[in-house]
Amino acid sequence: MEINTFLQNFADLLDDTDATLIKQETVFRDLEEWDSLTALSLIAMADEEYAVKLTGDDIKSSNSLNDIFEIIKNKG
Amino acid sequence: MATFSVNNIAIKGISCCVPKNLERNIDLDILTQEEIQRFIDATGVEERRIATKEICTSDLCAEAAEKLIKDLNWQKDEIEILVFVSQTADYILPVSAAILQDRLGLSTNCMAFDVPLGCSGYVYGMSIIAGMMKATGLKKGLLLAGDTSSKLLSKSDKSTVPLFGDGGSATAFEFDEDAADLLFDLGTDGSGYKTIIVNDGGSRNRINADSLTYQTISPGIERNACQLILDGMDVFSFGISQAPKTVNKLIEKFEIDKETIDHFVFHQANLMMNKMIVKKLKLPVEKVPYSLKEFGNTSSATIPLTIVAAIKDKLNNATQDLILCGFGVGLSWGTAKITLKNAVISDLIEL
Repeated sequence: MEINTFLQNFADLLDDTDATLIKQETVFRDLEEWDSLTALSLIAMADEEYAVKLTGDDIKSSNSLNDIFEIIKNKG
Repeated sequence: MATFSVNNIAIKGISCCVPKNLERNIDLDILTQEEIQRFIDATGVEERRIATKEICTSDLCAEAAEKLIKDLNWQKDEIEILVFVSQTADYILPVSAAILQDRLGLSTNCMAFDVPLGCSGYVYGMSIIAGMMKATGLKKGLLLAGDTSSKLLSKSDKSTVPLFGDGGSATAFEFDEDAADLLFDLGTDGSGYKTIIVNDGGSRNRINADSLTYQTISPGIERNACQLILDGMDVFSFGISQAPKTVNKLIEKFEIDKETIDHFVFHQANLMMNKMIVKKLKLPVEKVPYSLKEFGNTSSATIPLTIVAAIKDKLNNATQDLILCGFGVGLSWGTAKITLKNAVISDLIEL
């Protein structure tokens, strides 16, 4: 599993956010476009792309996109 | 393993009743216009029917039952089993099924009880009535399923209000030696019981002086301990993985040819979740009806309401095979394959 592919997949979930803002260390919750619906898209992406079941706690306990990446990697 | 078939029981008719009172999501003031549009695009819910104070789930189900009994030309004293599936019963006790037996004028020889399941409740209820009738030889049965979830919601909770609507249904079952087998897959994962929950008011947490105090959970979400909590992320994660699993399990166990199924009717949870389930199951979209837009999530009434509101014309005077799938609060899920042969699908009633 590649961090860059993951970041690209995450960027694809967003409509109005500059892709250059999507980095390993990005605190996703601080993105203007992040809301509860984006969280559902993220869960859907983890399921579709990585066959991983992300829970609400996984997302709530994460800060950076790298945290999410690590969780998906460990569950995959 | 709760994957089984029940023979000799036919589904003779389905009827639904919703409140007249309509609420539109664009009129909500707990969300900004931009948030509402995003919400509608993602969840598919535009309008919901909301019961006024004097209307309970049992009232909606009673109307649906009266209409169905009339349309089927049934005699009331022939009905020997009544099951009321709801999480919004009239009282903590007695069961609403007893009140409904009397109100509908059914015989006192009719067995009647409540089953407090939600989103999976319609499929569970079908399996209970069909299984009971098969085992006992009872000839006619009524399944009443629905909820007025709006009564459990905080008006200032943007995570629940725009999703849930109210509705009730009635479904008629009859012993019939020529009936196609009813097939079921039912399951439970109680480790997720907190995902959709009302904390206070039961026996674990008796209602107390603090139960009615409103707390701010996050911006736009204020509620008290007697109101519904919905963990959207966990429900979503559960739905997109469990619903395809249970449908596939039924298909594999009974070697069902997906091509022969005319309609796949899913619990109406949210459009994004349902689309994802349909995609994972690789179902043709034209075989998957929706009622989310007009009615939202009506709990155990979503499946019959979708049948009545979206595919009624295809079912009257026809033989059609359907796969039904409900999933949610519990966590609990159920899938059924049913055949509707010249079933009576009554016109939608408004109360």
